[in-house]
Amino acid sequence: MRSELKARPASPSRGRRLGAFVFLSPGLTYLVVLLLVPLALVLSNTVFRRGRFGGVVYEFTTENFARLMDPLYLGVVGGSLRIAALTTAIALLLGYPTAYAIARLSPKWKTIALVAIVLPFWTNFIIRVYAWIILLSGPGLVNSGLAAIGLGPYELLYNRGAIVTGLLYSYLPLMVLPLYAAIERLDPQLREASANLGASPFTTFRKVTLPLTIPGVLSGCLFVFVPSFGNFVIPEILGGNKSIMVGNLIRDQFLKARDWPFGSTLALALIAVLLVLLMAQAWMARRA
Amino acid sequence: MRRPTLLFVPLWVTYVFLYLPIVVLVVMSFNAGESAYTYEGFSLKWYGELAADERVRNGLINTLVVAVGSTAIATVLGTMLAVGLARHSRSKTLDALALMPAVLPDLVLAIGLLLFYGVIALTLGHYSVILAHGLFSMAFVAAVVRTRLSGADTSLEEASRDLGAGHVVTFMKITLPQLAPGIVAGALLAFTLSLDEFVIAFFTIGNAEPTLPIVIYSMIRFGVTPKINALAAILLLVSFAAVIIGQRLTRIGEGRSAEG
Repeated sequence: MRSELKARPASPSRGRRLGAFVFLSPGLTYLVVLLLVPLALVLSNTVFRRGRFGGVVYEFTTENFARLMDPLYLGVVGGSLRIAALTTAIALLLGYPTAYAIARLSPKWKTIALVAIVLPFWTNFIIRVYAWIILLSGPGLVNSGLAAIGLGPYELLYNRGAIVTGLLYSYLPLMVLPLYAAIERLDPQLREASANLGASPFTTFRKVTLPLTIPGVLSGCLFVFVPSFGNFVIPEILGGNKSIMVGNLIRDQFLKARDWPFGSTLALALIAVLLVLLMAQAWMARRA
Repeated sequence: MRRPTLLFVPLWVTYVFLYLPIVVLVVMSFNAGESAYTYEGFSLKWYGELAADERVRNGLINTLVVAVGSTAIATVLGTMLAVGLARHSRSKTLDALALMPAVLPDLVLAIGLLLFYGVIALTLGHYSVILAHGLFSMAFVAAVVRTRLSGADTSLEEASRDLGAGHVVTFMKITLPQLAPGIVAGALLAFTLSLDEFVIAFFTIGNAEPTLPIVIYSMIRFGVTPKINALAAILLLVSFAAVIIGQRLTRIGEGRSAEG
């Protein structure tokens, strides 16, 4: 007993280090081998040449970056930025008042309303996109509805509008949730104080509610923008062959053209855009 | 206070937007006609055709194999990672690294893994998808278990060690039971994410038999038929049931730990 008591002061730190090794090493090994090494491969590929039959030839070159600057590819990146930005803007315009309304419900209805927002998100992603083929196609429901009020039929499928609709449908819940969390946290007394001091509801919103929920707005925008920008499934299913996004380009370089170095360079451009946005978000959140 | 009804208009717009496609999808699955666009009366024939479709059945089996395998990896490694990061490390870099697979665009992960498998000359198959799904699922399990850990009381673990129990016994008898609801929630999340995952599976499956999302993808590219709607309706039912059961489970788990 006594010897054990004596030994104790040394054991916690040794036990701690052993514990750290036992608990952390399997997961960290997994992360290094299957995440960091693959990312390093993507990064290093950008400066190598493509093989004649696919694969990579380890000869230094800058031709991948030169090709990225080609107006054709820059145009695709720019087009993807515009589509993702438009999707994010609509998601914010629809998501903010939705989250605001949910935050004003009674506690019991709040839970139900939130589950109802998230529920479609848990169904198969491709099936959710497929549903819009049926709705937007020539003889689909939207055109039938428009015909009933004497409009149309319009070409609704296989264009940018269809892509934005599909992206919005897939990622709107990711906008509503952080907005709801931010609005819910607001002290209602702030709004009352503002109203008591004579501010109109709009002024109260502009001067009190909105500034205090900016962090939620920024997270929501990021959550919608990131998966929209790099998407290739939705543009392929709803956009037809006319409009491709940077995700389609990357997919094609890897699975069709078998130009892995250029595909990696496009992926690096994708990561770079997202990193810039992430830093901008962190900076704006700190100022807000 | 009277609630201004105008406030709730956007809420209803959102719900119509979210659920109209689902309703149309399900209604058209009972279509007697050949078209997925125009309803011609009630029939269950597309469900019959679906049951007879071998590709769909195999796809479902493959998806389950991948989901079970990757969830097993993710649950064990993710839980250990969460405990290790919360109790044995103060490194912000490691925290960020553990979250990275959940934050990176799936396409970037997919091409990275494709390149990696190519470099080590691994023949692609279900196991390469299992390893890939295990990676991002691990990040989600670790995140869920960590939130549970940060709320957990460490005094029980200290008491156990003071009473002479070793690290292993303390972990098995005190820490793990405390974390159980978090681990179950994390495993459920990992399982659902793997079931639904398309992009990474599409890149890392090679010529092996496809998982269900890949089967659905190729069915859609081939043409639109009410058979896809029937499949969609069944998957909708399953995932809605899973979400509701999952919610109940976590509520029971939370209730119990609050009592105990």
